[in-house]
Amino acid sequence: MTVDTTAAAAAPATGESDLPPTTGTRVTNWAANYIDERTSISGLVKELGRKIFPDHWSFMLGEVALYSFVVILLSGTFLTFFFQPSMAVVTYNGSYAPLKGIQMSTALSSTLNISFDVRGGLLLRQVHHWAALLFIAAIGLHMLRIYFTGAFRKPREINWIIGFVLFILALAEGFTGYSLPDDLLSGNGLRIINGMVEGIPVVGTWIDYLLFGGEFPGTAIIGRFYSLHILLLPAILVAALGAHMVLLIVNKHTQFAGPGRTEGNVVGSPIMPVFAAKAGGFFFIIFGVIMLTASFVTINPVWLYGPYDPSPISAGTQPDWYIGFADGALRLVPPHWEFMLGPYTVSMNIIIPILVLLVLLALVAAYPFFEAWVTGDKREHHIADRPRNAPTRTAIGAAGVTFYGVLWAAASSDLIATHFMLTVESVIHVLQALLIVGPFISYHVAKRICIALQKKDREVALHGFESGRIVRLPGGEYVEVHEQLSDYERWKLVSFDDNAPIMLRPNKDGKITAGARLRARASNWFFEDRIAPVSLTEIEQQHHEHAAVES
Amino acid sequence: MAKTASPSARKARATGRRSPLASVSLLVIGLLATGGAYAMFTTSATAETSSQVTSMVSQGQKLFAANCASCHGMNAQGSSAAPTLIGVGAASVDFQVGTGRMPAAATGPQIAKKAVQFTDSQIAALAAYVASLGPGPAIPEPQYLTGKGNVATGAELFRVNCAMCHNVAGAGGALTQGKYAPNLHSVSAKHIYEAMLTGPQSMPVFNDLNITPQDKANIISYLTYLNKNPSPGGLSLGDLGPVSEGLFVWIFALGSVVAITVWLTAKSN
Ligand code: HEC
Ligand code: HEC
Ligand code: HEM
Repeated sequence: MTVDTTAAAAAPATGESDLPPTTGTRVTNWAANYIDERTSISGLVKELGRKIFPDHWSFMLGEVALYSFVVILLSGTFLTFFFQPSMAVVTYNGSYAPLKGIQMSTALSSTLNISFDVRGGLLLRQVHHWAALLFIAAIGLHMLRIYFTGAFRKPREINWIIGFVLFILALAEGFTGYSLPDDLLSGNGLRIINGMVEGIPVVGTWIDYLLFGGEFPGTAIIGRFYSLHILLLPAILVAALGAHMVLLIVNKHTQFAGPGRTEGNVVGSPIMPVFAAKAGGFFFIIFGVIMLTASFVTINPVWLYGPYDPSPISAGTQPDWYIGFADGALRLVPPHWEFMLGPYTVSMNIIIPILVLLVLLALVAAYPFFEAWVTGDKREHHIADRPRNAPTRTAIGAAGVTFYGVLWAAASSDLIATHFMLTVESVIHVLQALLIVGPFISYHVAKRICIALQKKDREVALHGFESGRIVRLPGGEYVEVHEQLSDYERWKLVSFDDNAPIMLRPNKDGKITAGARLRARASNWFFEDRIAPVSLTEIEQQHHEHAAVES
Repeated sequence: MAKTASPSARKARATGRRSPLASVSLLVIGLLATGGAYAMFTTSATAETSSQVTSMVSQGQKLFAANCASCHGMNAQGSSAAPTLIGVGAASVDFQVGTGRMPAAATGPQIAKKAVQFTDSQIAALAAYVASLGPGPAIPEPQYLTGKGNVATGAELFRVNCAMCHNVAGAGGALTQGKYAPNLHSVSAKHIYEAMLTGPQSMPVFNDLNITPQDKANIISYLTYLNKNPSPGGLSLGDLGPVSEGLFVWIFALGSVVAITVWLTAKSN
């Protein structure tokens, strides 16, 4: 454990040892000096080397995403050696018998060659795809961690936005990559995009022709997606990732409250050398998990899907999981929402889900600013909240997760129906209802749970926990002895911010603006049933009472 | 279910008839049934086989009266509970009874497969009886059931004609109102052929003009190929595509990663 105080501590001495220098250390010393004299890199290395990494498991989710991304880059580069992004039609003549002699695009035929005729090709295709799924899943869980611990608060709002951009870029990378093989499944996904774009009023058809280079499916889209997938999107992604890491170093990590942990320090292992060693090992663990999965479990069996052709479609056609929420939104739209406006069809059945998705994403991006506005909190925060200590935020998060989860489930409505012996219609109707009611239920349930947990914490902090030991007092009364917490344990329970709703006060002109009124009301809603943390006086007072009982 | 024959009697009958002759006669009956309308066939039948046929038909009629007539009517003319079977042919009976769909059990959105209730020879007898009522599709000839056709053609035909209900890998799929197209992974070649020929319940009929017998054989070959060859990529996760892949990545891949992170950051005491 090391404590990195913001007031700089002396940098650890490097390169000094009691042993006489061997040839090896002389060479490294010389090389280090050579590089440092020309780049002054040692300052950066020192700064990085002193960066502290807290040791709660949930802080490693971002790393999981990062390492999956490294695996994606490596496997993706391998795939580029053999993949041909062309829609020119060829006759497949590789070694997979059920497609021999079938006409398909060069893209699919080269993907099949990667799978069946390139040594290690199928494994690396599966590595690439599994790593992609894990990458985005890790990002999702990482975002939830940030959200529920309030780690997005000042000064980290910008990094939340960058993280959000990374998430969107990852979705775009996934979707473009999934489309590249030009198989039946992904072609149907493109067909849906084509329909959604065409559904946009006025400009839809134009944009669609622009995107596909003519009428769907055309012969351009795979090549275009390829440029996006291996060039533009990864470039932006890497740049954004860099900015994300730099801000992480500048802002330092948040940490959970504990003795010795303050707003002004970070407690954990310094990156050099402990954390670096751990991280190196952790990379190989992630790599290993992906490799094992890819070795034993099939993903995206394009050989079963066959070439894209606009007429057939398979039952159970779904996008990869991370696009599922969008597919689900389309599936949940009730029928008959489109109407005619003169000679034009207005496709509300497409416009509404697109709007819902955009609003959902916008809310995610904007949440830190919304919360800062509601709470009027301009302090810096480096101590992570326990989710229970911010009940309203946690409840909003639960509602959001429910909304997303229902959309996600809706994307597999047909499989839910067949596997649980239900009718598709009833599954859809239940999900439609849940989409509206579910978030409200989750909101209230989550909030009640948070408050109950806070009350319990308060109880435990003040009175200790029940020891199960019953004693009989001299007067004949039976009481259960409560075990007091150590100061160390109590610290975790009592150190959180006590927030109060913003008071409605006239501004300096003596007026109360409508904005202020709205904000006061929002603030009141946010904090209305909060539980105050236990104060020092309360603890002391309690101790006196206990002491009185015990004597 | 509604069977009257006692188990022991059934067993006796079953063992009595499970001779090579049974399958030969089954074949002959199939051929005869198809050609029932064609004089050529009837004239070429020998006196011996035709007497066998008659005995099977009469046995089939008895089984039918005991097990099927309650729904399909005494003379298979149909009732409000079930359609007529006149002209559905031996193929339909062989499929429906051979896959355990008939005699139908509890009503639901779709009559489901269950354990087969009759022996092969009893099924043959029932088929012979129904075939004798009117001309209909016969039990397919074995030459189409070898699984040695062209798998690539079969795969393409399957994608175009069947995948929208049964899924590209034959994993099955949902239809409206609780109906579903079943998983095709363990269906016998004969029953696949008969399903195409007779179009059970919500499934369309694919007659010989629509998909020729040779192409039916190709489709069967493709499905046989899928059954015999495990997925080249490893576990197939039920061939359900991205949904099972997504569940797998969240539960197993991310789950084990989280377990590892918890373990790594756990206090060493
Ligand atoms: C409980 C009532 C019931 C019983 C008993 C029953 N069936 Fe059926 N059967 C039905 C119904 C209903 C259908 C129609 C299914 C559909 O297509 O929706 C049907 C359909 C069939 C068909 C398909 C007809 C076609 O159009 O191809 C055949 C063949 C058949 N039954 C044979 C039998 C035989 C043989 C038995 C006796 C072993 C039997 N059934 C017993 C209710 C019954
Ligand atoms: C409109 C949807 C649809 C299409 C298209 C379709 N099927 Fe079916 N199929 C079904 C349904 C529904 C059933 C279940 C019928 C029943 O249980 O009586 C079925 C049943 C079957 C069965 C019987 C499965 C079993 O478990 O016994 C086979 C075999 C089969 N289909 C093969 C095919 C083939 C081969 C094709 C393409 C040539 C095809 N189907 C096309 C809907 C379809
Ligand atoms: C976050 C980043 C990325 C994600 C989420 C991602 C995702 C995907 C996915 C899901 C596929 C479909 C694979 C399949 O099953 O066939 C794919 C294909 C592909 N990707 Fe990526 N990818 C990413 C980055 C990259 C990079 C950086 C490269 C190149 C250096 C790359 C190269 C390729 C190639 C060549 C294919 C097509 C080959 C094939 O489909 O077999 N990808 N990608």
